[in-house]
Amino acid sequence: MTAVTPELGEVARSDAALRAFLHGLPGVDQVGAEQRAAMLGTRSIKTIAKAWALELAIRMVDLTTLEGADTPGKVRALCAKARRPDPGDASCPAVAAVCVYPAMVGVAAQHLRGSGVHVASVATAFPSGQAPLAVKLADTEAAVRDGADEIDMVINRGAFLSGRYLAVYDEIVAVRAACGGAHLKVILETGELATYDNVRRASWLAMLAGADFIKTSTGKVQPAATLPVTLVMLEAVRDFRAATGRVIGVKPAGGIRTAKDAIKYLVLVNETAGEDWLHPDRFRFGASTLLNDLLMQRSRMATGRYAGPDYFTLD
Amino acid sequence: MPFEYAPAPESRSIVDIRPSYGLFVGGEFVAGAGSFKSVNPATEEVLAEVAEAGPADVDAAVSAARRTFDETWGPMPGRERAKYLYRIARIIQERSRELAVLEFIDNGKPIRESREVDLPLVAAHFFYYAGWADKLAYAGFGEKPHGVAGQVIPWNFPLLMLAWKVAPALACGNTVVLKPAETTPLTALAFAEICQQADLPPGVVNVLTGAGETGRLVVAHPGVDKVAFTGSTEVGRAIARTVAGSRKSVTLELGGKAANIVFDDAPVDQAVEGIVNGIFFNQGHVCCAGSRLLVQESVADVLLDSLKRRMALLRVGDPLDKNTDIGAINSAPQLERIRRLSEIGEEEGAERWSPPCALPDRGYWFAPTLFTGVSQAHRIARDEIFGPVLSVLTFRTPAEAVEKANNTPYGLSAGVWSEKGSRILAIADQLRAGVVWANTFNRFDPASPFGGYKESGYGREGGRHGLEAYLAH
Amino acid sequence: MRIEVRKTYKLFVGGAFPRSESGRSYPVRSASGEFLANAALASRKDVRDAVRAARAATGKWAGATAYNRGQILYRIAEMLEGRRSQFVDEVRAAEGGSREAVESTVDTAIDRWVWYAGWSDKLAQVHGSANPVAGPYFNLSTVEPTGVVGIVAPQDSTLLGLVSVVAPAIVTGNAVVVLASEERPLPAVTLTEVLATSDLPGGVVNLLTGRPAETAPWLASHMDVNALDLTGVGDPAFAAELEAAAAENLKRVVRPPAGPVDWTADPGLGRMLAFVETKTVWHPKGV
Repeated sequence: MTAVTPELGEVARSDAALRAFLHGLPGVDQVGAEQRAAMLGTRSIKTIAKAWALELAIRMVDLTTLEGADTPGKVRALCAKARRPDPGDASCPAVAAVCVYPAMVGVAAQHLRGSGVHVASVATAFPSGQAPLAVKLADTEAAVRDGADEIDMVINRGAFLSGRYLAVYDEIVAVRAACGGAHLKVILETGELATYDNVRRASWLAMLAGADFIKTSTGKVQPAATLPVTLVMLEAVRDFRAATGRVIGVKPAGGIRTAKDAIKYLVLVNETAGEDWLHPDRFRFGASTLLNDLLMQRSRMATGRYAGPDYFTLD
Repeated sequence: MPFEYAPAPESRSIVDIRPSYGLFVGGEFVAGAGSFKSVNPATEEVLAEVAEAGPADVDAAVSAARRTFDETWGPMPGRERAKYLYRIARIIQERSRELAVLEFIDNGKPIRESREVDLPLVAAHFFYYAGWADKLAYAGFGEKPHGVAGQVIPWNFPLLMLAWKVAPALACGNTVVLKPAETTPLTALAFAEICQQADLPPGVVNVLTGAGETGRLVVAHPGVDKVAFTGSTEVGRAIARTVAGSRKSVTLELGGKAANIVFDDAPVDQAVEGIVNGIFFNQGHVCCAGSRLLVQESVADVLLDSLKRRMALLRVGDPLDKNTDIGAINSAPQLERIRRLSEIGEEEGAERWSPPCALPDRGYWFAPTLFTGVSQAHRIARDEIFGPVLSVLTFRTPAEAVEKANNTPYGLSAGVWSEKGSRILAIADQLRAGVVWANTFNRFDPASPFGGYKESGYGREGGRHGLEAYLAH
Repeated sequence: MRIEVRKTYKLFVGGAFPRSESGRSYPVRSASGEFLANAALASRKDVRDAVRAARAATGKWAGATAYNRGQILYRIAEMLEGRRSQFVDEVRAAEGGSREAVESTVDTAIDRWVWYAGWSDKLAQVHGSANPVAGPYFNLSTVEPTGVVGIVAPQDSTLLGLVSVVAPAIVTGNAVVVLASEERPLPAVTLTEVLATSDLPGGVVNLLTGRPAETAPWLASHMDVNALDLTGVGDPAFAAELEAAAAENLKRVVRPPAGPVDWTADPGLGRMLAFVETKTVWHPKGV
């Protein structure tokens, strides 16, 4: 364990320096981390606190469709849902963003114009990232050009797992530049990183390279987001702020299906990074089916009756 | 925007506390020589009137236990005893929620702890030892029980301490006279009812409620063959003197002043959790609490910052609330002791810190507290406080850590935090403590032997080793 | 006069009750020669499917805590107790004997399950060890299940004998493929109904009725089976053939008993130890 020094710029001068830094970060005990995450999952959030949490969670959703079969019609429907999630209740807040493939960004931008809902695009040969750098940058630039104001990139896991940290770093820096004014989320693909130590290292690596957000997963690999992985990432952003003053956001994505799960994540944020992260600018949920469960729970709290899926849209 | 957790109270309606309780002797509830009141330490509300056992009651209980041992339980084959214990284990599981609520009302610990830690372990102990009853031939201690076991248990984990004592005793074929703590009798009385529901032969388990005097009578009674005690070292010493020269076999599980050793290569975030769990779990009312933090000097500042940040997240309050982390202190005298020792800590020059903490008006409460700048000579580094108070000391080298950790008359438990496996094993080897937790703390399992070195007592509870105390060999 | 609804006796594979893929069946008769039912006549493909189901189940079963396995086995005992009179009737029909003698046998079978249930979290304490090697090493021996065990169940002791070969294999975390007694398979099938309602994960126990002469060689030669229990093989020459076939992937083999077995006697540890591996790990101790 070391106190992180302010001279972090020095850390990326070489592969060896980067490795020394990343491997010098404190380790994560798997059993302890999983227990802590599980314990926080037992917090009982009721009544006013629950209503508040549900509203916040809705505002944090990045409503996502990333399928080969996506069409403009599908994206248009999703955008309508993003702007007005509950067809029967105008007081329901809009979500944070719609997340699509670069080819669909134009459609999304058109249908979200003026709504305040962000246009997020995956890029860099999502989900595998296995393409030449030039292709990945072109992917990014195209999405930004078509109107994306948020880019979700994937790190080069092959390079990471073979220890070529500087290559991973340099790619993130290059994509950051290609983003222009768009904000950059860096997907670590924690399911492929396999250990919490790697998740901690990859988090720091991404933050040092200029990420605005670190994101757990593409959603295309199991396991995707889990509470303990998100815990480790929240600890990383907390420590990064203590070391540098910069606030980086966290986005768990994939596998978060129920409102109950979402609330557990909010408790995790609250008791790990702290209340400063309880805001859509600092925390997002990458999800699709989650939204309807949030809406049903919100409806139950308002009406006192259990809701049914027929009363909410399936887009 | 702060995320306030709304009140999430557990319902008390599941529990049916009677206005008064008798002693449980020979399978029946009977009146005692006197009575006293049991109080909810979180609200100071009187819960029930409980019988106090006098000398005649102790005689009657021991006789009942002896008779049942001679006629029924002693001769019973192990496979039948096993099935009684399995029944008891099952009923505990079925009534788990009710017992957890009863436990926290009587003891003051948070409902979340009694529900998620205490009760599952209670059931597991009975299951584990049920499975030994018909396998004693494989345990290595012979198969001959002592006879009548007199058992005196403390207030910090009332039902769990009961399970630790009663389950192995019964599995080995002994009968039991149990004296629960004066401030926490209710779950022991519920247990007596469970014995009735299981159709346990009358006299196998007898429960005598009362205070210190009742315990003394049980321990000293000539009809008791085996004595088992968990509590303070002071009382343990008195018991050892009492049984000197008799043919009574005795096991003692006493106090501790455990060192939680954090090395410079510890997994920081989990170490902080482990420190917090080590001393604040159960309000610090744990004999094996990690009450001395020994942190490597080179990382002390970083670790303490993390620790203080974490302590500020602790939720102290109504144990009835499912989100409470730290509940009430068990009694007024205990609270006084904790206050006094904390004052002494300040007087002796250590630096005191607590996170800001709103404490309720009624009931017995103490904020989680940290003392830094503590040295071995300070009383708060030597005396068992038995409350949510952590004393922090530093060390430079592994050898120094071991020296300081062992420099105590106690020897119950210790913690070691490091990512280096060989270091953990080397340090564990050198620690004079009966339980060593590496990169974890306060983990219990019926299969894992627990007990102390030196003045923390002798004998082990849990595991195959836990049978030894209850077999004459 | 009310006509009863008669039970159909099927195989038990992967937690479900399929018929034999071959579609065949054979008549089962009582001890006194009356027709009782048609039982499925398992084929080599059923053996193949059962081994696959067992292998799929081993990860989760071996990975469960010992406490959890013990709880499930105890639950099985609870379900057995609940069906005590049904078993008394079936065992009596299969084996004959007085009602009193059969009741005693069934009771012993239930108590035997309880006995084995309690071993789950204790065998490692009796058979594992910290070894005092001459050097600065922490040296620990622990027991692990071997994997998939093929069992030829006793021909004559249809419940007690059956329980005594199945429970010790699964309590440590193995999954098993059991070939039931050829002439008296019905209590075994009823046992599988108990297993199916006891939280036992599907595939941990698989049971095939039929002719071991036909199915056992496929089990004995299967390269994804780790151990073989030949207790129910009466013909020594056949047993030798099976053992020779098992040698191909060095299965651990339990040979048939030399003479008749007293199933009521204390079983000892042998049947559990036959199907576990001992792993010894060394860790240096040094700061």
